[in-house]
Amino acid sequence: MNALLRWMRRQFVPLIVFVLFIGGWEAIIRALQVESFLVPAPSAVIVAFVRGFAQANYLGHAAITCFQAVSGFLLGSALGIAIAVMVVVFPALERIVYPYIVALQTVPKVAVAPLIVVWFGFGMESKVIIVALVSLFPVLVNVMAGLKSVDQDRLDLLASLSASRWQILRFLRFPNALPFLFAGLNTAIVFAVIGAIVGEFVGANRGIGFLILQANFSLDIAAAFALFMVLSIMGVTLHSILQAIQRRVLFWNRTVEAGQPAPRDTP
Amino acid sequence: MPPEAIGDAALSIRDVGMVYGAGPGAVEALSGITLDVAPGEFIAVVGPSGCGKSTLLRLVTGLRRPTGGEILLQGRRVDGPRSDVGIVFQSPVLFPWRSVLDNVLLPIEVLKLPKARYRDRAMELLDLVGLGRFAMNYPAELSGGMQQRAAIARALVQDAPVLIMDEPFGALDAMTREQMNLELQRIWQAQRKTVVFITHSIAEAVFLADRIVVMSPRPGRILDVITNTMPRLRSLDDMLAPAFAEQVRHVRALLGGRGAEL
Ligand SMILES: Nc1ncnc2c1ncn2[C@@H]1O[C@H](COP(=O)(O)OP(=O)(O)O)[C@@H](O)[C@H]1O
Ligand SMILES: [Mg+2]
Repeated sequence: MNALLRWMRRQFVPLIVFVLFIGGWEAIIRALQVESFLVPAPSAVIVAFVRGFAQANYLGHAAITCFQAVSGFLLGSALGIAIAVMVVVFPALERIVYPYIVALQTVPKVAVAPLIVVWFGFGMESKVIIVALVSLFPVLVNVMAGLKSVDQDRLDLLASLSASRWQILRFLRFPNALPFLFAGLNTAIVFAVIGAIVGEFVGANRGIGFLILQANFSLDIAAAFALFMVLSIMGVTLHSILQAIQRRVLFWNRTVEAGQPAPRDTP
Repeated sequence: MPPEAIGDAALSIRDVGMVYGAGPGAVEALSGITLDVAPGEFIAVVGPSGCGKSTLLRLVTGLRRPTGGEILLQGRRVDGPRSDVGIVFQSPVLFPWRSVLDNVLLPIEVLKLPKARYRDRAMELLDLVGLGRFAMNYPAELSGGMQQRAAIARALVQDAPVLIMDEPFGALDAMTREQMNLELQRIWQAQRKTVVFITHSIAEAVFLADRIVVMSPRPGRILDVITNTMPRLRSLDDMLAPAFAEQVRHVRALLGGRGAEL
């Protein structure tokens, strides 16, 4: 009860600002009679949103975009982790592999996307590959940093116990890399949704990106805004799921929460 | 073949020197260090910052090889890391993703000893250092003093006869530090380990040690080894005794007025 009150008090100002913003928007559109193909009123967006789900199968298209984003994200992240581990376990590989990774990263994926669609077709495969490409890099660099940036004293402690390379990986480098991994995943999941949309822009007949293009062509700007809403709901949901997983995995990394006293030294 | 250890010294350091690097940039950290430590003895090493105290720890624990002389631990020459010495660093060096108990058991896991068999010992050690109730907590939930006590329990878990501590309480506030000194004395009495305790606090050295090794600035040499005349068991009140002040004055004189508290 107390917590609910605190939550409401904390959310009060943002809520007011939100209501004022939406109300102001609606008022300006009506007062100035702005054409609906330039900027739609919030009420028109809501109508388009509801109609989209009821008549235009937004849910089905969203599921496809989401599926492409998530599978590409998983594929790219897995590859990123695998390459990072390889490069750290066999340092000789780093000098060989890393330049290609950097070269790959400096090429904008938007520029490569059409080629990937040519190679892998209009179906989901090309989108999954584009998403995997954009997700890979943030995961790779973060995991590499995490595997390498281990505390010298901890290394010394393990060395004093004659730990093997494998033991150092298992007891120190892997767990040390976990917070870095999640930092990379948080970036990658956002990139993943963008990647899926870019892929659909280039060539697709399904998905939210495809619907946005259609809405733009037919100057149905209210529908485009409704689709932006669908996208941000998807992004926020994926991000929240990731945050929930992160909280469970990295429970030890949480700094003691404010107001909650640390255990005392003496009973 | 190296000569046998003198008598049955737990630790024997013979004419050890250490030079980091080579050429004009070389740093001579230690020179002509010779010291025998008897089993069960508590040795304190004091010296100005940068005089090679941590270097000595790295050599004795086999993390580095000396560039001159030799070191015998339990009569065996040190030529690599050894499991018969426990280490406590200046910072606790706990692994934050492991519970306190699992941190204490880490050496057991790395040494591939049966973890289940050492669980009870680890719990006893946590009781000994006053952390029995916190075995399942995580390091981030402990205060600095508690973390350092967990580190001491970890250094004791494989039951190594020799314990090396490098300014273990240097990061703690004065009051916690005194408390830790009392506890360390008690733990040492209970466990009867050979301890080499590095510090730059003269009072801490006089409070804890049987003998105090006083080192010169870089390159670190042994200026003198003082036998501590303070009787055991020592209490914090003993630090106010004239005999205590006399010992502190003696060590400070050797350091040439250097080595003021912290
Ligand atoms: N790995 C190293 N390479 C080069 N010089 C070092 C290294 N470690 C320590 N030194 C130098 O050796 C000297 C002694 O260092 P250290 O043993 O850490 O002293 P203390 O612990 O007494 O403060 C210092 O001058 C330090 O700069
Ligand atoms: Mg030091």
